[in-house]
Amino acid sequence: MSDIVVVGGGIVGLSIAWRLVSRGADVTVLDGGDEGAAWPVAAGMLAPGGESEHEDPALIRLMERSADRWPDFAAELGVGVGYDDAGTLSLAMTADDLAGRARVWTRQALPLLRPSELRELEPALSVRVRAGVFSSRERQVDPRKVVSALRERLGARIVPKRVTAVSDVDARTVVVAAGCGTAALTGLPVRPVKGQVLRLRGEPGLVRHVLDAAVDGREVYVVPRADGEVVVGATQEERTDLTVTAGGVHELLRAALDLVPALAECELTETTAGHRPGTPDNAPLLGRLDDRVVVAAGHFRNGILLAPVTADLIAELVLTGEADPMLADFSPGRF
Amino acid sequence: MSALFQESRLILGTGGANSLTALEEAIVASETELVTVALRRVDAAGPGLLPMLDRLGVRVLPNTAGCYTAADAVKTAHLARDAFETDLIKLEVIGDERTLLPDGIELLRAAETLVGDGFTVLPYTSDDPILARRLADVGCAAVMPAGSPIGSGLGISNPHHIRLIRQSVDVPVVLDAGIGTASDAALAMELGCDAVLIASAITRSDDPAAMATAMRHAVVAGRLAYQAGRIPRRFHALASTSDDGLAQW
Repeated sequence: MSDIVVVGGGIVGLSIAWRLVSRGADVTVLDGGDEGAAWPVAAGMLAPGGESEHEDPALIRLMERSADRWPDFAAELGVGVGYDDAGTLSLAMTADDLAGRARVWTRQALPLLRPSELRELEPALSVRVRAGVFSSRERQVDPRKVVSALRERLGARIVPKRVTAVSDVDARTVVVAAGCGTAALTGLPVRPVKGQVLRLRGEPGLVRHVLDAAVDGREVYVVPRADGEVVVGATQEERTDLTVTAGGVHELLRAALDLVPALAECELTETTAGHRPGTPDNAPLLGRLDDRVVVAAGHFRNGILLAPVTADLIAELVLTGEADPMLADFSPGRF
Repeated sequence: MSALFQESRLILGTGGANSLTALEEAIVASETELVTVALRRVDAAGPGLLPMLDRLGVRVLPNTAGCYTAADAVKTAHLARDAFETDLIKLEVIGDERTLLPDGIELLRAAETLVGDGFTVLPYTSDDPILARRLADVGCAAVMPAGSPIGSGLGISNPHHIRLIRQSVDVPVVLDAGIGTASDAALAMELGCDAVLIASAITRSDDPAAMATAMRHAVVAGRLAYQAGRIPRRFHALASTSDDGLAQW
């Protein structure tokens, strides 16, 4: 067994392991499989501003730092992971949607774009879209490509094994990065928050930006990949099952097609559900649990965005014993 | 007054909260004793919301949100009784997705059935005094008229009807839906409502705990004002100090 064992082979665990390895550490990743994992369904929106309507300032700082790290993180992986800086259009369909979104936009101090300006940027948008803002800072990456690149980098250091108790793990340091599974391993309050996500396939370039919209009271995002894949998400349900429901698919498609009518021509290639690892305050649990165990879990809707900063901070903590001051607000013992 | 309300006359809805922590802070600040939860939107056995409510010692009022027919609502109510081990049910039978206003015909049918099945039925109804009376007549434990559509924050669009409802039924009246800010809650209580139910106005505000505190005070203020009895409205001024006893020059 290695000096350091990372429990969890999702994007957070793999990113930490990769950072540790590149700093010369001896690391093994125990991967319990992808059942219910968040990364395989995640759209990969890197949105440090778009999801922060009520977020606390410490979490926003963490997200911004990680967003700044992403270009280098993606480059260091050495293969294409779909990092795309075309930016995000945040959109409101009706007057009610606008009233809701305007609160966030005002806080972000982004200039409001008229419908004609929006359609110049994004020609496939419905004529019914009423207003929006453009954020160049909100980008995207393809989580499946990131995980496959990380797996490639780590190779045989990843061992398929489901851990049921931290005491069974023979290592000097154990990093628990098991997403929703962290609750059973540590007793920490990480709960599954179900999300249903669709994947469509159409003409590349049909949609040019990440679209994050309020459509008749429904929140939907549309994330176009360079190869013509379009990710549509996501429901947010306090449920422990992974059932893809007719109602969930219907709601997502209705909102997406109202927003971009031409998506109706696309092939519907995937309907999936995953569990976001949620915590009571929506912020991750990052730091030391005891002398031997370090936790990096509960990233909720921001696991892809927060992977680089999590890897940096946790690797530093594990290798030097020094906790970055940034970790203070995310202590696993805060509940 | 039924045992539905003890100290607090504020019922909280859980929809729209940004995080469990934000919701918990709002529940604590509101001092509510009764919190409504949609059976269809939560896993009764799951982690998160229900253990938190249990820890805070608040009662759960299951609701049938998302039901469009009487049959559907009755089935959901029975599932809720099994899952939450309570006879209390906030009965919602929605008529239309855009307004989320109640379907009175289906609602009355479901209410009658559920009363017969031994439930304590609290129906979410429109601000129609006749329908409210019919609901009370079939044995509902309270009536819960909408001030305006759910989540709209438009306040009480027909205060006169709320007052009429208060006078047409003997069961508690709970103003449900439409409250936007504290003055709306105070008005509901001044009109004679026994309680108010608030969700979005608290959970979607910028500071849910502060808004919950504001609502708690508003409900208390409105109730006291109702009991104290407001002065009549007059066309002209009436000096608060009379001329009696003034020195004559």
